[in-house]
Amino acid sequence: MSDLFNAPLSVLNVGLDSFADAIKRVGGTATQLEWVPPANGDRAAGKALAKLVNHPGVEAANAKAVERLLAAQPRLTGIGVAGDVLPRMGRRMILHAGPPIEWARMCGPMRGAIVGAILFEGWARSAKQAQAMVARGGIEFAPCHHHSAVGPMAGIISPSMPVWIVKNAAHGNVAYSNLNEGLGKVLRFGANSPEVIARLAWMQKTLAPTLRAGLERLGELELKPLMAQALHMGDEVHNRNVAASALLIKKLVPALLKSGAPAADVASVIEFIAANDHFFLNISMAACKSMLDAAHGVAGSSLVTVMARNGVDFGVRVSGLGKRWFTAPAPVVNGLYFAGYSMADAAPDLGDSAITETAGIGGFAMAAAPAIVRFVGGNAQDALANTMAMTHITLSRNAAFTLPALDFAGTPCGIDARRVVDTGILPVINTGIAHKAPGVGQIGAGVTHAPLACFVQAVGALSRRVKT
Amino acid sequence: MANAAKLVANLYRDSVSLMQLSASLAARPGIEQASAIMATPANLELLAAAGLDRGRLSPSPNDLLIAVRGKNAAELEAALAAAVSELEKPPVVAAGGGPAPMPLRSLQMAFSQAAAPSLALISTPGEYAAAEAMKALRLGLNAMLFSDNVAVRDEVELKRYARDHGLLVMGPDCGTAIIQGIPLGFANAVRRGEIGVVGASGTGTQQVTCLVHQLGAGISHAIGTGGHDLSAQVGGITMLQAIKALAADRGTKVIVLVSKPPSPEVARKVLAAARRCGKPVVVNFVGAPSGSIGGGNLHQADTLEEAALAGVALSRGKKPSAVVQKRKAFKLPRLSARQRYVRGLFSGGTFCYEASMLLGAALGEVRSNAPVDPRMRLADVHKSKGHTLVDLGDDEFTRGRPHPMIDLRLRNERILTEARDPEVAVILLDVVLGYGAHPDPAAELAPVLAKARAAARKAGRNLPVVGFVCGTADDPQGLTRQEEALRAAGMLLTGSNAQAARLAAAIAGRRR
Repeated sequence: MSDLFNAPLSVLNVGLDSFADAIKRVGGTATQLEWVPPANGDRAAGKALAKLVNHPGVEAANAKAVERLLAAQPRLTGIGVAGDVLPRMGRRMILHAGPPIEWARMCGPMRGAIVGAILFEGWARSAKQAQAMVARGGIEFAPCHHHSAVGPMAGIISPSMPVWIVKNAAHGNVAYSNLNEGLGKVLRFGANSPEVIARLAWMQKTLAPTLRAGLERLGELELKPLMAQALHMGDEVHNRNVAASALLIKKLVPALLKSGAPAADVASVIEFIAANDHFFLNISMAACKSMLDAAHGVAGSSLVTVMARNGVDFGVRVSGLGKRWFTAPAPVVNGLYFAGYSMADAAPDLGDSAITETAGIGGFAMAAAPAIVRFVGGNAQDALANTMAMTHITLSRNAAFTLPALDFAGTPCGIDARRVVDTGILPVINTGIAHKAPGVGQIGAGVTHAPLACFVQAVGALSRRVKT
Repeated sequence: MANAAKLVANLYRDSVSLMQLSASLAARPGIEQASAIMATPANLELLAAAGLDRGRLSPSPNDLLIAVRGKNAAELEAALAAAVSELEKPPVVAAGGGPAPMPLRSLQMAFSQAAAPSLALISTPGEYAAAEAMKALRLGLNAMLFSDNVAVRDEVELKRYARDHGLLVMGPDCGTAIIQGIPLGFANAVRRGEIGVVGASGTGTQQVTCLVHQLGAGISHAIGTGGHDLSAQVGGITMLQAIKALAADRGTKVIVLVSKPPSPEVARKVLAAARRCGKPVVVNFVGAPSGSIGGGNLHQADTLEEAALAGVALSRGKKPSAVVQKRKAFKLPRLSARQRYVRGLFSGGTFCYEASMLLGAALGEVRSNAPVDPRMRLADVHKSKGHTLVDLGDDEFTRGRPHPMIDLRLRNERILTEARDPEVAVILLDVVLGYGAHPDPAAELAPVLAKARAAARKAGRNLPVVGFVCGTADDPQGLTRQEEALRAAGMLLTGSNAQAARLAAAIAGRRR
């Protein structure tokens, strides 16, 4: 308080501009806020938040959680079968993207993909049978996130599917993701026609074993340096994975050729990967998941460790708030639509791929990917602005992921639920848009934002846990 | 007359910007009335009460609603279009080609970007102010809450937290402070000096600091406590901290305390702290019985003016009564036998209260919406009865409209109403200058005074208007310029609120 009289007065002005003008007029220092009521005017949430701002316990917990997030060292260690390697994976269990949801509420693409997975597993012979099986309660559903896994779009993982295994060498935890099928008629957009099932079978019987042989030859692959390099090559490693996929295949080809796998298989695998600019996406997601799982479970921390969508709900988890999901309706993405499609055709936001933004890449690293800003609706300045905006809601910068366009500053990393509520700046997510009908596929892409309500709930829950 | 309305979904603007927008719309040709509001239930009620129609729009509280009434549809549409284009004006793009910096949305965001911030000045709507103040304190900032309508429970929590962490909370409902010569809120341009002020009332602090300046002395710091600080619940936390801080401050030689009478227990604590502080302390508890405070380093002042005079005298090492104010003699106009009552129309709450006390002593019963004696509360704040003093800055007048120090229209209307009353002997006014106040109150007031006096004259009466200007020569409005304009309009100007009240009492109490 003695500082009030002796140190130079510097005023933060919250409210009437004219007060700041008067201070400046007499030569004083004033900084004007462009204040709006936090939490959309929810006073109770606003008060809960106020008590958490700069709270020593929360600050210490966040420092610890972020330190773990930054220290994580994701390595691609192999390919396994979901039913064998995923923790607590049931025999008749199908995992899906986003927070928990029952069949009756699922969106079209997710239902279509589940039917496809049942056909792929051979649990039913027709779509009708598969649906009847689900209706009888014959299938157990769970979010990928409940099993250390992530999947883009519908995010369907059934027991026989191959999965990437990514191990965080720093903390020992492991994360998983399914393998990317490419674009067009694919399971993750809800397609379940015979060609889709045939491709899944090929991935199971040819792609996975061949890659496994190649990876054994290659040894564990450090993912952070590869992703960092891809960021320097114009990827943000969520919606653009051209560079990362190319870097991966550059590593894989010599190993595949030396692996002893049948030459025809190696050729078809290389062809498959080379034809899919998104092949690396699922690995990027598993890497992010392994980093964020390491940061989860620090008591008192407001660090967001999951953002995921199931096409109906958007869900968030927070490091200090255990297994609880904080959900709100998933938004329909107001993006760029392919010719012939519009927002009216779109499924609400879908997929676990927002794990990339949660880890500080994807939309948060938009400054690295000016090539796709037009695609997601914007110009090069918007790309920088998006990344800069995220610095205001994140706890740190990731020195491992640097951005040339911002003088090699690290990507903003570690979303603080408190700061989201306080500033109203919502986490930006680069995303593809699925048709609401199963099997049509991707119909556009755009930039969307995580709904504020998830963070408001999380802050409220944290304020009840933390002693203020 | 036709109505039109438009909704802008999910757009927030603060009430002052919206009032500015409303005013600019109302000034358009063919527009009779216009209002832009955040569509909260309370604001929608006000809109309906104002006779504006929102048609079939059913907005949510986060939507912005613009409603206009006027002569024809084309002009209404043009006004709505102008409003929307004003609201959607893009922010100025930063030079240098980089992305425009993000607007500072939170205290924490500003804290990390501003140069060594030390204080948060908070003037948000009251329901959000306590949370912002708590954030400021959590960030290690002192806080001044200009906002009112903050729950006492929140005030106590904030002030205890601040005290325990070596920080100061000025307010809630703190209109005025001056720290290191920097005006905060409604404050005047006063020179720096050796007199420290602790004021529970904004206008009280403005009067004392202006008079100190006019007397050639200056202010070290003026700390506002807010109007509830000296209540039993809050216990004078801020005033006690402020006394201690000014006692320790090398630049402060004399301390002046200004407040309505505190609760007895708090008064004891405050006076005990003042007695211990080691510096002369002038105490003006407006309305406290004369002679009830004193001894040692304590000096009671019965009015704000006296407090300023005593402070200046003590700062010069003289006896408190050594400095006196020059008083002007006025030639008083002739009044009719029916003209008996004083009608005071105030923008400053403490001015109203001090004048009520002085007039009560001289004339007996004085009614008010903020009376000294609770039995003298006006039944209808819009209707004067007998001697009546109205605080137009009180909640019932300011809900949904700017403070009368900024917007003089409501008082101007009331002046004309009082002028028509044949029983009115004198109208008593305050005029407040300084940062935050109306840029040229005399220009607004002078024509109204001329009209009021002309109306009275037409009815065969003189109508004296008495008042004072609270301000300094260095204020943006200029004290001299304002006083000259008001004198030219026939106003009888004194040097202080107390003098004006006494003059009004003399006019009304004169035998005829």
